[in-house]
Amino acid sequence: MIMAERKPMAELEAMLEPFAKIALVGCKGCVTVCNAGGEKEVGILSSQLKLSRRQQEKPLEIVEVTLERQCDPEFIEMLDVHLDGCQAVMSMACGVGVQLCAEKLTAMPVFPSLNTTFMGLTEQPGEYAERCQGCGACKLHLTGGICPVTRCSKSLMNGPCGGSMKGVCEVRPDIPCGWQVIIDRLEELGQLDNYEKIMDVNNWSTSRDGGPRRIVREDLK
Amino acid sequence: MADFEPRIVAYCCNYCAFAAADLAGSMRLQYPTNVRIIRIPCSGRAEIKEILEAFWNGADGVLVVGCMEGDCHFIEGNFKAKRRVARARELVKEARIDPERLEFHNNAASMGPQLAQLFTEFTEKIRAIGPLNGDTNLEHVEVGA
Amino acid sequence: MITKSNLEAVFEAGHFAITGECGPPRGCDPEIVKEKGSILKGYVDACNVTDNQTAMVRMSSVAACKLLLDLGLEPVMQMVCRDRNRIAIQSDILGAAALGIHNLMCLSGDHQVFGDHPGAKNVYDIDSIQLVDVVRKMRDEELFQGGKPIKKGAPKIFIGAAANPFADPFAIRVPRLAKKVAAGANFIQTQCIFNLDRFGEWMEGVRKRGLHEKVKIMAGVTPMKSARMASYMANNVAGMDVPKAMVDRMKSVEKEEMQAEGIKIAIETIKQLKEMEGVSGVHIMAIEWEKAVPEMVKGAGLYPRPDMSGNA
Repeated sequence: MIMAERKPMAELEAMLEPFAKIALVGCKGCVTVCNAGGEKEVGILSSQLKLSRRQQEKPLEIVEVTLERQCDPEFIEMLDVHLDGCQAVMSMACGVGVQLCAEKLTAMPVFPSLNTTFMGLTEQPGEYAERCQGCGACKLHLTGGICPVTRCSKSLMNGPCGGSMKGVCEVRPDIPCGWQVIIDRLEELGQLDNYEKIMDVNNWSTSRDGGPRRIVREDLK
Repeated sequence: MADFEPRIVAYCCNYCAFAAADLAGSMRLQYPTNVRIIRIPCSGRAEIKEILEAFWNGADGVLVVGCMEGDCHFIEGNFKAKRRVARARELVKEARIDPERLEFHNNAASMGPQLAQLFTEFTEKIRAIGPLNGDTNLEHVEVGA
Repeated sequence: MITKSNLEAVFEAGHFAITGECGPPRGCDPEIVKEKGSILKGYVDACNVTDNQTAMVRMSSVAACKLLLDLGLEPVMQMVCRDRNRIAIQSDILGAAALGIHNLMCLSGDHQVFGDHPGAKNVYDIDSIQLVDVVRKMRDEELFQGGKPIKKGAPKIFIGAAANPFADPFAIRVPRLAKKVAAGANFIQTQCIFNLDRFGEWMEGVRKRGLHEKVKIMAGVTPMKSARMASYMANNVAGMDVPKAMVDRMKSVEKEEMQAEGIKIAIETIKQLKEMEGVSGVHIMAIEWEKAVPEMVKGAGLYPRPDMSGNA
């Protein structure tokens, strides 16, 4: 899923400073699962913002809405009925949701309340880790199901570099060396021979480097 | 500020803190009437949102009281509550409220006198900090799409 | 001879080769490079010029190489994959070759978090092994990485790569060298060696696969300046193996004797490495202590250096 974290309060308050009534819009998709922008987090942030503004004697009225998803136009359309008197929308979705809100709600500004961080998984409640960079050319079958682009700090295709020590990446002690993980896995699978095959230079054109990407499926239209 | 009577909300777990409050009552121990107890099945049930709402609705101080460590009826609810209150203190601070207005404590069912003392001391602490100003109309629009 | 490299000529003639290292300054004063170069001149067969080492901005490697070249000292241009994509890499290689730089050291580069611009975006379009392959393809097939032919003048580069016998996982340290050799590396410079036993173990693996016959292996040697430096390297530098006995030996001498002891240890190390089958040379990394190099080279009985100018 897409992971996100709430922005610092000062940043949010600065965005909302000119307004007296806003809609705070959550998303029941990924950001609910990673506890960053679901119904619960909408409630918490709303209470915080209102308390803070009351303390400053500049009350802020907040309409709380949580949509099924913010990355599909049909759900954004459902927002309209809640926006009476609202001067702005603060979205608690990932960057995708914020952008679709901004595209659809032309009459008022839309602000992000989260920093969208990565595509990853839940290691345990409250701990999330990155697993995919969306490079558009999956090579997991060659590397024991562990992604070198994501898991190696340098995205080396023929790692590890000299900074791999005792299974830990030199960049930060909480990063397992991605290539150590790959090699351990290949060894388990009896595929260590794969390691000696030189991985060719990547074609990054399928990645973001090829410009904003799009998928068109005529059969679904 | 001499006539300021703080309003304290105490989220008390059913098995320990609430039972301790009961015991304090039957022991005829006095504690300040400022404290309004909200009985919850486990201290781990206390939600951050509810704590913030207590402040919004006029509380000057909030307590979350759970079982002694290792004695939670739900095994680790009190540990969760402790971590959650620590997080709530950060969020409360972000909302420009003194985090000292929010505390977590462990208190066994047999500790009636200790609970009465905690309530008394916390009330005095909040009295010293002063009132959390503001009005109390919370309008939550709960809308699903 | 596949290139005009002096280093290649020294190897070809069967000599035990020596390379040094020169870190460009964090400013544009050419005198600093010349000063370092003139200390090393005559004592090394070629001199590495680092490429924004430890991710700190420094004078560009290609410019510093040219300054050394003008002094009559052969440079080994280091190139890291951190800061350039394949377009800039190939362009810089063409430029370097045009200036008369014949040796290139292909590295992945220290991660930018270690430097003074931790907010920088890293590139890593290609990795060090792929870089070796790109340079080999430019030289031998006269093709750019993208597949189009190089027009008038393919760069004749003697290709270097690094190896760290001490990094983990140890099991793939030899296979990884094999990958670099397969990609086209001509010479290898290793991480500084303090643990000769562990290096010997690695060399045994190298010999078992006959890799030492396909690539010239230069063992890295660093003279220790003080006991503090020894303990720092032992405890704080990733991929460095400094045995406790060595740290203790540095600690055992008086403060004013430490530099001399460090050089003594380095000379002993060079002598032992020279006797090791498959080791074709040493790469001396006297970090900000270039003055130690002449003493080490003389002490190890490797002075004067062979003059290959007649062969080139």
